[in-house]
Amino acid sequence: MRICLPNKGSNRKAGEISAFENNVGEIEYEKNRVVSDDTSAFFSQEVDEDMKKIIEGSHAIAEAVKLSMPKVIAAYPITPQTHIIEKLAEMVAGGELDAEYMTVESEHSAMAACIGAQATGVRTFTATCSAGMAYMWELLYCAAGMRLPIVMGVANRALSAPLNIWNDWSDSMGARDSGWIQLYCETAQEAFDTILQAYRIAEHHNVLLPVMVCIDGFWLSHVYEPVNVLEEQDFVKPYQAPEIDVDSDEGFKRIKIVLDPKQPISMGEYATPQYYQEFKEAQQIAMLNAKLAIKEIHDEFAKKYGRSYGNGLIETYNMDNAKYAIVTMGSVCGTIKHLIENEKIKDVGLIRIKSFRPFPTSELQKALERIESFGVFEKVCSPGLGGVVFNEVKAKTNKPGASFIGGLGGRDVTLDNVRKMFDLIRIKDENIHWI
Amino acid sequence: MTDELYCGHTSCAGCPATIAIRSIMKAAGKDVIISNATSCSEIISTPYPLSSWPVPYIHVAFECAPAVAGGIEAAQKKLERTAKIIVLAGDGSTYDIGLQSLSGMVDRGHDVLYICYDNECYSNTGVQRSSATPFAAWTTTSPNGEKSIGNKTFKKPVAEMMIAQGAVYVATSSIGYPKDIQEKVKKALSIKGPKFLLIHAPCPLAWKFDASKTVEIAKIAVETGMWAMYEYCDEKRTISIEPLFKPVSEYFRLQGRFKHITDKEISQTQEHIKKYWDRLKKY
Repeated sequence: MRICLPNKGSNRKAGEISAFENNVGEIEYEKNRVVSDDTSAFFSQEVDEDMKKIIEGSHAIAEAVKLSMPKVIAAYPITPQTHIIEKLAEMVAGGELDAEYMTVESEHSAMAACIGAQATGVRTFTATCSAGMAYMWELLYCAAGMRLPIVMGVANRALSAPLNIWNDWSDSMGARDSGWIQLYCETAQEAFDTILQAYRIAEHHNVLLPVMVCIDGFWLSHVYEPVNVLEEQDFVKPYQAPEIDVDSDEGFKRIKIVLDPKQPISMGEYATPQYYQEFKEAQQIAMLNAKLAIKEIHDEFAKKYGRSYGNGLIETYNMDNAKYAIVTMGSVCGTIKHLIENEKIKDVGLIRIKSFRPFPTSELQKALERIESFGVFEKVCSPGLGGVVFNEVKAKTNKPGASFIGGLGGRDVTLDNVRKMFDLIRIKDENIHWI
Repeated sequence: MTDELYCGHTSCAGCPATIAIRSIMKAAGKDVIISNATSCSEIISTPYPLSSWPVPYIHVAFECAPAVAGGIEAAQKKLERTAKIIVLAGDGSTYDIGLQSLSGMVDRGHDVLYICYDNECYSNTGVQRSSATPFAAWTTTSPNGEKSIGNKTFKKPVAEMMIAQGAVYVATSSIGYPKDIQEKVKKALSIKGPKFLLIHAPCPLAWKFDASKTVEIAKIAVETGMWAMYEYCDEKRTISIEPLFKPVSEYFRLQGRFKHITDKEISQTQEHIKKYWDRLKKY
């Protein structure tokens, strides 16, 4: 038997490859970095309003995917993800996008095909939600564990039973521990911009993790909004597979980590207790690296195109003089911002989590530093515990917090609902409330 | 060390999977990519950080090796690479959990050779019944007892299913006939489109026979007609080895998994063999 991927130095632990070499330095840098989500400077740039198109959130994702030049797209339909893959099918059929479009027979095979293609050395895309994501569950872990930078669109939808095609976050929240980066978007424009950033984040040499770009099913996937669609871009370059130094008969040489008979390697091996844990530790380190990569890539995008979303990890709104904060994610933030603006609310601000994995711990702690109490609104419940996002936020702060669970199965979250939540936060309520 | 599968792998003595792999790899050459389903073949050949594979190899999960292969093929088209792609899977992933993925691969017409080595049970997890398990055979989940004769069903005709679906080349072979495997692999790889090769692979551990008897039992399976050796290509079936139709009891008596059976099960199986061969000759 021969060594499959020989490690260069004898000091390196099993599971580490050269891509992780700078981990320690990166994490230190991360700790010392001053958090800033003041992006007003970026907005001062002129944006060409003529480039805006009125399109669906789903089509915004498809347009950004097209610009990212994936070579293999595997698609299986599930409401409300369908418009993403239909648009991509049109683009491929019409010659706008040069990709192999695989109409697979299940979401399980969609992810399997993306894994096979990405491992062969091309950029890939798929999209799913709800039962579809549940069906590809097993392979979410494989994609992450094999460190394949696949990007997937998720049109968040409730899980059965009872069957329900409408929006909540039960699907992707259940996959929070799968090792995928999860980015949640508020608008169609953000979905467009986040897809472009997602490929850069996933393929970053210190990250190499798959990324889910999540939009609220129907609320975003099927709603038409003005979106600035770039005609072309040089933000996402043609795909370069990750590389590694290997020992060969001719000494050390650098090879691409791809399936190619010219340089045979084995991928997806099994690991005994002696080795398995190092793979998982490496994934955790990569997630921490991703925090920095997300911010840097977000800032680069903001400078280039004049659009920004907080610091890429969280976005704060009306927090300057706020005594209270509501923490949430996704499209409901539009409703909250609308209420704050229309009713000129000064005491409550909004903290929007954009990156749920990696979890923006230090950014949240800083944002919550000066407030008296907070509440978390979320479209998911972990039965037997309560709010998933709430419990994660609460674990990182000693401020009093209320847990609001609502919007499940597509239920509308109204301005009145938001007013009620604000009132409960103001009295420092610490209970679970069903909205 | 052999060129087909590097030594040091951890297979049992008398393992049929390694006989199959070596025959396959001898014929396939080096310009090939392997998509392996979770199975004994995976476990014995790729314990991190070692590998017995002289060619590019990927394992993802149990039921999706054909979809992985489809993704590889799609990527190769875009990269203008032309390596042959082979799926290697056991009967559990072929007959049962991965049948949908296999069917999808054939449906989409991927240029992939799917090879199943069929040891008629889940050997890797400790000998449980699969839909490839023969009638009356003992396994840990089809044990014989006062109220059971063992496995209640005959084998799922998976190769015939692939013919029905329109795979461009379907063949069956056996580790008792390594040259036959090589010829069929070579022929399959010369044809473009989805191909299916089913290789009979007697497992000493699961079937309860001495490790020295693997090849002998494989041959008797063919001689009794329990295992058919054929090719199906261009709408035509060619029988590779005409069976002698020796009494099936000669096959049964060599294996512990059939130790409990009575004349009734023997005659039921004999009848099944006749029907199966009548059907094969007809279509």
